[in-house]
Amino acid sequence: MDPSAGDMNNYNYNGGVVLAADSRTSTGMYVANRASDKITQLTDNILFPHLQAADSQLISDYVRYFLHQHTIQLGQPATVKVAANLVRLLAYNNKNMLQTGLIVGGWDKYEGGKIYGIPLGGTVLEQPFAIGGSGSSYLYGFFDQAWKGGMSQEEAEKLVVKAVSLAIARDGASGGVIRTVTINSEGVTRKFYPGDEHPLWHEELEAHDSLLDKLSTTSPEPMVS
Amino acid sequence: MSKVAIDMPPKGGFSFDLCKRNDMLVKNGLKMPSFLKTGTTIVGLIFQDGVILGADTRATEGPIVADKNCEKIHYIAPNIYCCGAGTAADTEAVTDMISSQLTLHRYHTGRESRVVTALSLLKSHLFNYQGHVSAALVLGGVDITGPHLHTIYPHGSTDTLPYATMGSGSLAAMAIFESKYREGLTRDEGVELVAEAIRSGIFNDLGSGSNVDICVLTKGHKEYLRNHETPNPRTYVSEKGYSFSKKTEILLTKITPLVEKIEIIEGGDAMEE
Repeated sequence: MDPSAGDMNNYNYNGGVVLAADSRTSTGMYVANRASDKITQLTDNILFPHLQAADSQLISDYVRYFLHQHTIQLGQPATVKVAANLVRLLAYNNKNMLQTGLIVGGWDKYEGGKIYGIPLGGTVLEQPFAIGGSGSSYLYGFFDQAWKGGMSQEEAEKLVVKAVSLAIARDGASGGVIRTVTINSEGVTRKFYPGDEHPLWHEELEAHDSLLDKLSTTSPEPMVS
Repeated sequence: MSKVAIDMPPKGGFSFDLCKRNDMLVKNGLKMPSFLKTGTTIVGLIFQDGVILGADTRATEGPIVADKNCEKIHYIAPNIYCCGAGTAADTEAVTDMISSQLTLHRYHTGRESRVVTALSLLKSHLFNYQGHVSAALVLGGVDITGPHLHTIYPHGSTDTLPYATMGSGSLAAMAIFESKYREGLTRDEGVELVAEAIRSGIFNDLGSGSNVDICVLTKGHKEYLRNHETPNPRTYVSEKGYSFSKKTEILLTKITPLVEKIEIIEGGDAMEE
């Protein structure tokens, strides 16, 4: 079995976009990486993977390469639409072999903050907010009632962190830390929320220090009869 | 229909037809021949001066131990080593291939190889073969940008971590790392932690066993500690000795010394400077 990703969401606010993701990559029942960074940077437009990790890593590598060439030829930063289109071309033309859906989000000076969802078959959908991954199933209802246009940056960031923490609470394949990226005219800001700083939900307990930190560092004595 | 110009392998590349044929044979009842797998515990960790890689030394063929002391830490470049889990032939072949590509690259650029170069080469090769090259690798090295440690899965995805384990014994080894790892370990502490993690795999996983191999990589210096620990020595050796069965007749004992034969080709091309 090979790594697959957990959960992420992406939110357009007044003036930019906020992206958030969990950090768990699992192979079957084992957590292969509990602190992965699922938000990959392609210039100032960011995409992040869901489903099969290998496919999305390769797509993001190719797209980053093409976008770089395009930026050099164009002489100015590429637009989010172009990045999304490049991802779409790869996803659609290789749909037999690839099994990954992606979300491209970013900011450019022509259209401002934009989010494009590119699911399995290779369509492109421009959306005000997008969610993906295994944990996203638990967030459709949440976003339907919580999303409203014209939010401020702080409101949007709080909303996405709340959403990812809800998904982590209910989805086994999501977990770890919450990483957010905010992209606007000023640039890219990354934030990090460790496990004990997530909001708590129904029946969730407060985090406390592991007993391992309190015990002495020497190994236990072997048992002698 | 617009096609994107990517450097994909030429159309006559790897043909998956034989994979379909193998699936069809298995469905019709034929038993697949077993191959030599390294059950394995392989680990890597980053310490204050560089990277330490560790591996066990058991190679299995189904339930049988085929090699009690194999080498799982492969050379990629003078400053980059790679531990391999999965099918032994696949890990050997893919690491040798990338090692020779990197040597050519070093001649071309005139610089020391970087770990991310090896990573990209391995990752794209494994992705092109869609997981059929069954090689799970822990790649570690120290280059001009610092120490690096990566894990590479058979389908081509990679993770970059401060400590990593792969193979069937990875859960046992990761348990040790998760409880005892901290940043800024010294060389001796790091070696001891890696040895403990591999021992945990050796004693708790059936696919791993025998001895502990360690490789310490620091800036400009490498130490390959082959059989750093041998916690499974052969304890019983028969006093009677091991003799051939009576049916075996020794007909002739002849020792032929090998002589080096050097051929000088007259009028060959002179080597260009």
